[in-house]
Amino acid sequence: MIKVRDLTIGHDGVPIMEHLDFEVDRGDVFLILGGSGSGKSTLLRHLIGLQQPMRGSIELAGLGDPARAHGQRPSFGVMFQSGALFGSMTLAQNVALPLQTWTDLDAATIASVVGGTLRLVGLEGAGQRLPAELSGGMKKRAGIARALALSTDLLFLDEPSAGLDPISAAELDELLLTLNRSLGLTLVIVTHELESIYRIGSRCVLLDKRARGILARGEPRRLRDTSADPYVRAFFNRRPLEARA
Amino acid sequence: MANGLTATDTNDVQLARYEAEHGRVRLAGSLTTIGAGRLRAALHEAFRVGPVREVDLSLVERLEGGAAAVLADAWCEVDADPRPRFVGGAAHVRDVLGLYVGPDACAVRPIPKRRGFFDEVGAATIEMIRNVRALLAFIGEASLAILAAVRRPWTVAWGQVSRQMERHGADGLAIVGTIGLLIGLITAFQAAIQLRKFGADTLVATLVGLSLTRELAPLMTAIVVAGRSGAAIAAELGTMKVSEEVDALTTMGLCPYRYLVFPRLLALLLVLPLLTAFADIVGLLGGALVAISTLEVSLNGYILATQEALALPDVLGGLLKSVAFGGIIALVACERGLATEGGAEGVGHATTGAVVKTLFYLVVADAVFAVLFDLWGI
Repeated sequence: MIKVRDLTIGHDGVPIMEHLDFEVDRGDVFLILGGSGSGKSTLLRHLIGLQQPMRGSIELAGLGDPARAHGQRPSFGVMFQSGALFGSMTLAQNVALPLQTWTDLDAATIASVVGGTLRLVGLEGAGQRLPAELSGGMKKRAGIARALALSTDLLFLDEPSAGLDPISAAELDELLLTLNRSLGLTLVIVTHELESIYRIGSRCVLLDKRARGILARGEPRRLRDTSADPYVRAFFNRRPLEARA
Repeated sequence: MANGLTATDTNDVQLARYEAEHGRVRLAGSLTTIGAGRLRAALHEAFRVGPVREVDLSLVERLEGGAAAVLADAWCEVDADPRPRFVGGAAHVRDVLGLYVGPDACAVRPIPKRRGFFDEVGAATIEMIRNVRALLAFIGEASLAILAAVRRPWTVAWGQVSRQMERHGADGLAIVGTIGLLIGLITAFQAAIQLRKFGADTLVATLVGLSLTRELAPLMTAIVVAGRSGAAIAAELGTMKVSEEVDALTTMGLCPYRYLVFPRLLALLLVLPLLTAFADIVGLLGGALVAISTLEVSLNGYILATQEALALPDVLGGLLKSVAFGGIIALVACERGLATEGGAEGVGHATTGAVVKTLFYLVVADAVFAVLFDLWGI
């Protein structure tokens, strides 16, 4: 689904991650992990084509370079950390926007699709509310609904459970698992919430800013239990890091 | 035997003193954050008197975080290897100190580099070049969006255009009208006072008509719209940028230039001449009010004098300028808004920058038009 080859990413010509190599298979719940400032969100911005790599390549199935998606009907959905809903539009208008832009559906059909998508994410009846009237969890759900409106099969999510109370975070995790299992959606999730990592992640890469690359990869629980690297152990066991050589 | 007595706190308790026979600095009393300035001075003096091997904490009753930080700093600055060791002190004092005097306490701290005059000039020049490049790139992208909109008009968010026209045009009528009326009143009043001295009262209508339609109405309207709408556009787009809404648009396949910039640009291109025409009319009305009330001129007489004074190119020239002013306001505000980085502070910078730059460009553009109109004989 996604192939990343020898990727170097950075800001203003300064690399922050080098020689990244990984693949995401169809149907995966793939996690991009790392501490604060490790470059997770920057990597995500490269994967969705908002930033250009300094070196290397990213290939999305059926699309090639993700930057080519811009200006065309999107082949993937993105949920941004805050939901990134358009504040002047109601929830229903936010979800309807990609449908109005990229399909020839009439207004009644779009309303029907919007209603169904909002029900899917547990926001039935909230369509006429403005983003400012929603809680953090509802905004994230609405962001997912908008990303799903065009029925893409690949969804990128930036820290979906960050800032949510434990129940809302668990409910969001369940929603993501449901989307993955029932709709066959491939999920690429940037997170550092351990509860979510163990609940939903099938595979992961752990980024480390000191190593400027991928420190570990594999199944999260397995890494927690078997890794010999002190940083990996500290990360997956939520422990302070002892001084590293 | 103690010597080198140093600073004391307000209760006359010695904070730090140097004991030469032991090479010891003895700290005493309650070392608080609020008294950290006095402690710092006392420590610097005590550490300066002679070689220090140890710092005695046994008489310290209380150590607050700010005082501990000052103590750690002063300790790091002692030019001795090994550094003085801390001795004595209650457990709670040692605990607080331990937080500040750890293994990395004396790591080299970066000293902020002071920039000289030429560094500042260089940095400002580079920043200016970057801004011009960004503005040119922005104008290029906006031009592509305009071309795309012209080629495929059905892809334009026309609903957005009408909403923007209402916000920046209809909603601004009251303030533009008020300013226009006042400008007309003031110009006529000043003209009446001066022209009466030469018995040229009848020229008031000419002066008000020409100055309003050619200069004052277009420029004042543009300044009002820059402050009102330019700031609003920059703040709105800046907020959308920092809250990732612009990124969301891009990933949905919607071009921000076509979706966000084009409707605002088109709206301002259309409403600025309309607002200027409104300011022209209201300003002339203001001039007429002054003339009728102070110069014994009838309304008909004033209207006839204005008609004689004004030619169509005068009015059209002012309106043409206002179209350009609308474009400048929209482009600068959108460019600043979409260039916003950071959080709330970034939005504030973008908004201020948009208004200041717009005013500068408006005045420059007005000067260019003055030269062009002269060349064209308008």
